[in-house]
Amino acid sequence: MTVTVERGGRVTGKRDGAVRPRRARDPYVLFLLPGALAFLTVVVVPFLMNTGVSLTDWQGVGRPEWTGAANYRELMGDAEFWESFRHSLFMVVAMAALPTAIGLVLAAALFDHVGKHFGSRTAAVLRACFYLPQVLPVAVAGIVWSWILAPDDGSLNALLQAVGLGSWRQDWLGDPDLALWSVMGVMVWVQLGFPLVVFMAGLERVDPQLYEAAELDGAGWWRRFLHITLPQIRPETYVVLTWCTIAALKVFGAVYVLTKGGPGGATNVPSYFSFATFFEKTQVGYGAAICTVLTMIILALSLVGLRLQTRAEDAEEGLRT
Amino acid sequence: MKAVRALRRYPVLAALCLAALFMIVPFLIVAVNAVKSPAEYSRDGPLSLPDGLYLDGLRDFWERVDYSRKLLNSVLISGSVAVGAVVLSVLNAYAIGIGRIRGRTWILAFFVLADMLPQEALVYPVYYLSKQAGLYDTRLSVIIVFTVIQAAFGTYLLSSVLSRFPREIIEAARIDGAGTWQVLWRIVVPVSRPTLGVLLVFFFVWTWNEFLLPLVMLISNDNQTVSVALGVLQGQRLMDATMTDAAALLGVLPALVFFLVFQRTLTRGIAVGAVK
Repeated sequence: MTVTVERGGRVTGKRDGAVRPRRARDPYVLFLLPGALAFLTVVVVPFLMNTGVSLTDWQGVGRPEWTGAANYRELMGDAEFWESFRHSLFMVVAMAALPTAIGLVLAAALFDHVGKHFGSRTAAVLRACFYLPQVLPVAVAGIVWSWILAPDDGSLNALLQAVGLGSWRQDWLGDPDLALWSVMGVMVWVQLGFPLVVFMAGLERVDPQLYEAAELDGAGWWRRFLHITLPQIRPETYVVLTWCTIAALKVFGAVYVLTKGGPGGATNVPSYFSFATFFEKTQVGYGAAICTVLTMIILALSLVGLRLQTRAEDAEEGLRT
Repeated sequence: MKAVRALRRYPVLAALCLAALFMIVPFLIVAVNAVKSPAEYSRDGPLSLPDGLYLDGLRDFWERVDYSRKLLNSVLISGSVAVGAVVLSVLNAYAIGIGRIRGRTWILAFFVLADMLPQEALVYPVYYLSKQAGLYDTRLSVIIVFTVIQAAFGTYLLSSVLSRFPREIIEAARIDGAGTWQVLWRIVVPVSRPTLGVLLVFFFVWTWNEFLLPLVMLISNDNQTVSVALGVLQGQRLMDATMTDAAALLGVLPALVFFLVFQRTLTRGIAVGAVK
């Protein structure tokens, strides 16, 4: 149960080469029928429609007017579009890079240090604290933080005032120079628990003798972290990085609740940009083009992530056998 | 030497506890302020301890947004999706993992891609089609869409679990004359119950937390989920500090309940699938 899914998927794939006698009618195909119909209606048809609409000029009513690649050409010259993807890179830092890096150190410290010296219960309680924001609906996390970061009577500004740093008070979400950083901070808080939990589960399967041997050889905590922990949980690291990067590219709810992409587009992201284009500007064709570009980037990243993970697992299995 | 080493352990623990505290401080401060009256909040600010328990603010907010109704909607939608998506996943995975139908690698790849697909690329057509079908602004439309979306992940996970299902058990049942349906309901489902339980919990919590599609699909007050109702209120920027805080607390509480009830499943389940 603790192996990651892709491994199982690959096993299925490998068996594909096995020759099986052809049957006139495969009774199992019937079981796929409801799923096939459901996915056709809810995923395939809408996705194809979206792609089709992206090649038209359409306001959501009347007949879409075929314009070919005009929307995409316009996107290439649209500063707002590039700006929103630039903000996506910041989100990748806040939701993938930082949580993975911090999560690795925290997981190793909790597992190796706290778990060993203070008992696994202490480690589990601490882990639960870090994981808690992950169960929160992202819209609710947004409400919590917009209350804390409020300019006049927010808790953060009140705290700064109370400790004599009143001059540091800011309009955290309303200042165009600060808003993106504030949103990033909130996203690190939201996301951190996911890598932590995955890494701690990954560490469970590392052979403790490796650590003991290294300790006997006089390797300090940091060297054990670099030379044992990191290489051992490399497959998990790739999974986490892939998932978190995709989540960062899709971020919507937090931006909607915290800033609505503002002030002045300072926190606009592709997902919010497409939402506003669809439902506020009702330029459906243009919005669909934004989503198609976003989809292509996400699918490409997924494939790269899956490949990296597969390779890491193969390497690891090669070491074991 | 030993004593020194033992002493050196505590700073690390202290640092970790401090970091953990930082993670939960937002929850604590939200809870503390939700029981202050507006007058007390504006006089003492958010950092003081409350004078007493003032629950009128929460009660007013509850009634104003008809929170019972929102909870009911969320439970209804998330519950139906969880059950529906598990059933759909089992059917798909049975054909792929145990039936090993032809082309299963490609079918599985399709479900993986469907799972990765950003909802943004589906949202407008789903909105448009549901209007055509007369399902716009109904809870049923959201239930249908999420049942399918969650089943993409479920199919992917269960297919790999079922592909390792002991074949002897199935062969034995087949020899005893059990049909494919009987094998599924009498053998595969009962044996896979722990995995199905994990999926059920995950689908419930994920659907509860969804925002974009419910925001687009559910516009009338009577149909909105907790997340959408609170998110829209916050987006309108009409709430004062005490109301925002009440909204935050009411949004946090159900999540806290799930967390306490399902904590083991959630943390274990994440390891199963390296989940979303």
